[in-house]
Amino acid sequence: MSETTLPAAAPAKRRSAPRGALIGQIFEGLCFGAATLLLAALGGIIVSLIVGGWPALSKFGVGFLFSATWNPVTDVYGAAGPIVGTLITAALALVLALPISGGVAFFLTELCPAPLRRPIGTAVELLAGIPSIVYGMWGLFVFAPLFARWIQLPLMSAAKPGSLLETLTTGIPNGSGILPASIILAIMILPFMAATLRELLLTVPAAVRESAYGLGATTAEVVLSVTLPYVRQGAIGAVMLGLGRALGETMAVTFIIGNSHAFPKSLFDSGSTIASTIANEFTEATSPVHTAALISLGLVLFLITFAVLGLARLLLRQQGAKL
Amino acid sequence: MLKILGAALSAALIAGVATTASAAGSMSGAGATFPAPVYNKWAEAYKAATGTALNYQPIGSGGGIKQIEASTVDFGASDKPLKVEDQQANGLVMFPTVIGGIVPVMNLPGFKPGALKLTGPQLADIYRGAIKKWDDPLLARTNPGVKLPNLPITVVHRSDGSGTTFLFTSFLSLQAEHWRTEVGANDSVQWPVGLGGKGNDGVAAFVKQTPGSIGYVEYAYAKQNAMTYALMQDKAGQFIAPTAQNFKNAAANAKWTNAPGFYLLLLDQPGKDAWPITGATFILMHAKQTDAAKGAEVLKFFDWAYKNGDGAADQLDYVPLPANVKDLIRKSWSKIVGPDGKPVYK
Repeated sequence: MSETTLPAAAPAKRRSAPRGALIGQIFEGLCFGAATLLLAALGGIIVSLIVGGWPALSKFGVGFLFSATWNPVTDVYGAAGPIVGTLITAALALVLALPISGGVAFFLTELCPAPLRRPIGTAVELLAGIPSIVYGMWGLFVFAPLFARWIQLPLMSAAKPGSLLETLTTGIPNGSGILPASIILAIMILPFMAATLRELLLTVPAAVRESAYGLGATTAEVVLSVTLPYVRQGAIGAVMLGLGRALGETMAVTFIIGNSHAFPKSLFDSGSTIASTIANEFTEATSPVHTAALISLGLVLFLITFAVLGLARLLLRQQGAKL
Repeated sequence: MLKILGAALSAALIAGVATTASAAGSMSGAGATFPAPVYNKWAEAYKAATGTALNYQPIGSGGGIKQIEASTVDFGASDKPLKVEDQQANGLVMFPTVIGGIVPVMNLPGFKPGALKLTGPQLADIYRGAIKKWDDPLLARTNPGVKLPNLPITVVHRSDGSGTTFLFTSFLSLQAEHWRTEVGANDSVQWPVGLGGKGNDGVAAFVKQTPGSIGYVEYAYAKQNAMTYALMQDKAGQFIAPTAQNFKNAAANAKWTNAPGFYLLLLDQPGKDAWPITGATFILMHAKQTDAAKGAEVLKFFDWAYKNGDGAADQLDYVPLPANVKDLIRKSWSKIVGPDGKPVYK
């Protein structure tokens, strides 16, 4: 019985071979198409941003980047306020989020009791899935009043007249401004960075870690001198991922930053970011120059993000050369 | 960036919807977000009554003007009226649909709604940062016998471009020369002081959270949230409350016949009890309709809404137009003609 069935199965296998080749070709074609489409979209976006923003760029020239005047009545626009606001909030968010996300990742990989590992890991990933508008509303209606009462007012009343603290804390005590926006941003980028860092730490071979422990190192020593150096390259990538998100975040920031186009003068002063300005004004911008100025802001944000990613690449390459 | 792509995408979608929608028994409009709830309510009732559907996309006044200029929709909607020159340059006809009022609201501990009286020039001085404290002698002058607190004033304004801001800054420009020359009127301006909240909710939240703050919101919003409002001085010098009737007074007394193309801001209108910061929201249509039946359908809808829609508007805290203004609008529709040059609305 088995002898008669075997020869019958063989031709069937042979017939399937060309089909596999065809599938392979289609697969290659699709992958190539996807990659090309991505590049074309990227190029298309740059070109359309330049074309769309041209009326403003040609009118204001380089001054567009350095002027803090944003006046829709006289149609004069300068992007300096939003650019500075974007950079400050993103940097502050990163400074706040980095230690916490590092702590979360190390706790999950080194210290956490096994039964808790999954629930906490899932909770971190869930945080990443919350839409940004929810963070914005939570920030405005829940976080801002608490922040004003428990952080802002005590800080403001503790500041001595003329001190640096007073300069940093002048503002309206209602929980809006640069620092609250940065804190919301930090909460938003935290899960991304923590999740990526955790994945990275899991890639450290158990043998490396075990041998460090075997030599008598404490957990802190293992983390600081063994696992952290091991994942340094990837960690820079994780940080840049967080920074990229902080730079482009829109709705949550718009709700709480205070939306003034001038330079922020203190941590509690109102400011604006590039993304929040576009979100605020794009739908109702009727003058062509106003629309163009907003599109140019988009171009500037694109270039900043590009520069950040480029810098990350450069750092990674230098690290690679050193190792 | 995503926002821009999104806007481009939604524009493309609307264009797509519009072309497919122009088949039969439906029409499409796009624009202002402020009147969207009442337009949708009307559309629902109109579809039940006649079977003709309206697809209204609240994409913002700027978007509404752009879409009607590009003829991707049957009508555009804008909170900011187009000047008659601009209407003519683009071959458009404009008419108002409902009225809204802007209400100054504040957070003054211990103050009841209407306990504070304000004049237009005072409001302008507050918004440019010249009056910094609530117990300023300038404010005390219109509030004799009221104990004004020694609190710094925090100015709150809209951060997003909006018809509300356009109306409010137009009012300040009308009331104070310095505001007109230094700041001006637009749907977003360079504010001398204060902080911006996104939308009516954002302004209201900042006002609620900041003792000593003042902001401005649409009437429906102030009413539904029972916010502390100020009485404003009308043209006759009386201090009046923001009520639906007082908005209607402003619209009824206005000289619509002297306003070609219905370009009229209902600011500081004469007559008894006319709320000084009132404005209408507008519809834009092409004066020359390529499809007479389609144009007639849109006008039939608004005619129906003027006749049967006041109740729905009241319910949603919009103020319907007075009857005399509705008649004027119906007369003005004779300017909307089909390809044969005959009015589409009979």
